[in-house]
Amino acid sequence: MSMINYASREINCKLVYYGPGLGGKTTNLEHIYGKVSPNTRGKMISLATETERTLFFDFLPVDLGTIRGFKTRFHLYTVPGQVYYNASRKLILKGVDGIVFVADSQLERMEANVESMQNLYDNMAEYGYDLTKIPFVIQYNKRDLPNAAPIKDLQAAINPGWPIEDATQQKATPDAAHPGESLVERVGGEWIGRAPYHEAVAVRGDGVFDTLKAVSKLVLKTLS
Amino acid sequence: MTGAASWSFSENDFKQIQAHLQGFLRDSSARCALLVDRTGQLVATVGETPHFDPTAFASLTAADFSANDQLAKMIGEAEFASLVHQGEKESMYLADIAKRVILVVLFDQRATLGLVKLKAKAVVENLNKVFEEMFNRVGTGPAQQKGLLEGAEDEIDKLFG
Repeated sequence: MSMINYASREINCKLVYYGPGLGGKTTNLEHIYGKVSPNTRGKMISLATETERTLFFDFLPVDLGTIRGFKTRFHLYTVPGQVYYNASRKLILKGVDGIVFVADSQLERMEANVESMQNLYDNMAEYGYDLTKIPFVIQYNKRDLPNAAPIKDLQAAINPGWPIEDATQQKATPDAAHPGESLVERVGGEWIGRAPYHEAVAVRGDGVFDTLKAVSKLVLKTLS
Repeated sequence: MTGAASWSFSENDFKQIQAHLQGFLRDSSARCALLVDRTGQLVATVGETPHFDPTAFASLTAADFSANDQLAKMIGEAEFASLVHQGEKESMYLADIAKRVILVVLFDQRATLGLVKLKAKAVVENLNKVFEEMFNRVGTGPAQQKGLLEGAEDEIDKLFG
């Protein structure tokens, strides 16, 4: 729910980093916090346990500068990834404008990724939001690890695509970030759409800003 | 429904909100009143300028209110329409406005909780009306935001360039 304040000329948008526990959601925010100039970001708030596991959320406001005389401000949130924190995870999704799903590329975390994605769909549906219609980007994190699954397998498990029934949307759309791949394509007579994805090594910062940029763009596009 | 609906308010709405809150602060002797959207965004601040980071404060307020909402449901209440956090010197009073916004009142020993609660009741009623009218209006004309951010992509590119 982007909020436009014509009096103070501000646009505020809410982005949520979702995904399984220990996947790197907080690491994404920490990298952004460390790299962005202190003038364009606020304080980072982490509600975490003593062992630095996210308990409720992390929060980081980032200004993206002035556009059309309006200050654009993105509020970045992470959710707790651990399964049993679903009640608090769901609260953070309220009024979300864009979602980044941080998947853990390690083979042994495949099931946790799928479970978390299903949980995201379910929690969104409970608010009446349709994940296939809001800005949504997937980040495959930990690409540097030797046990990282191939992108093809991750895509098949986590981002298999959804049917596109709206005729105006049924047109082949190449994925600009990955030559030879498509975001919307016809498979066996049926049109399907997929979420754009980015590869990352969040501890090194690789792919962190590509992901943020991709989702912010999609959010601002919904306002243009 | 594709996602959450956006909302916006005009300068006139803003002036009305400020006038209500200024009257409330005067009557209750509270120091400061903030309006925070349920998603954690700061809508307005009236009274003494807070000496903390208002953006972080707003996100925590929304989380606090949402968590308490769920706690209310667990014990069989529809909601806690208001919350009080009482400190030794500084205290906070939070109240729901039109199910979308939270009024946060900061007060110290110059004000009493009883007076703040009493005066808040009236200002909550007035603000409920203002916000409900605002949401009804937005509900009928979401198209007003179209084109507001044309050309934004270049500026994002520049920022991350």
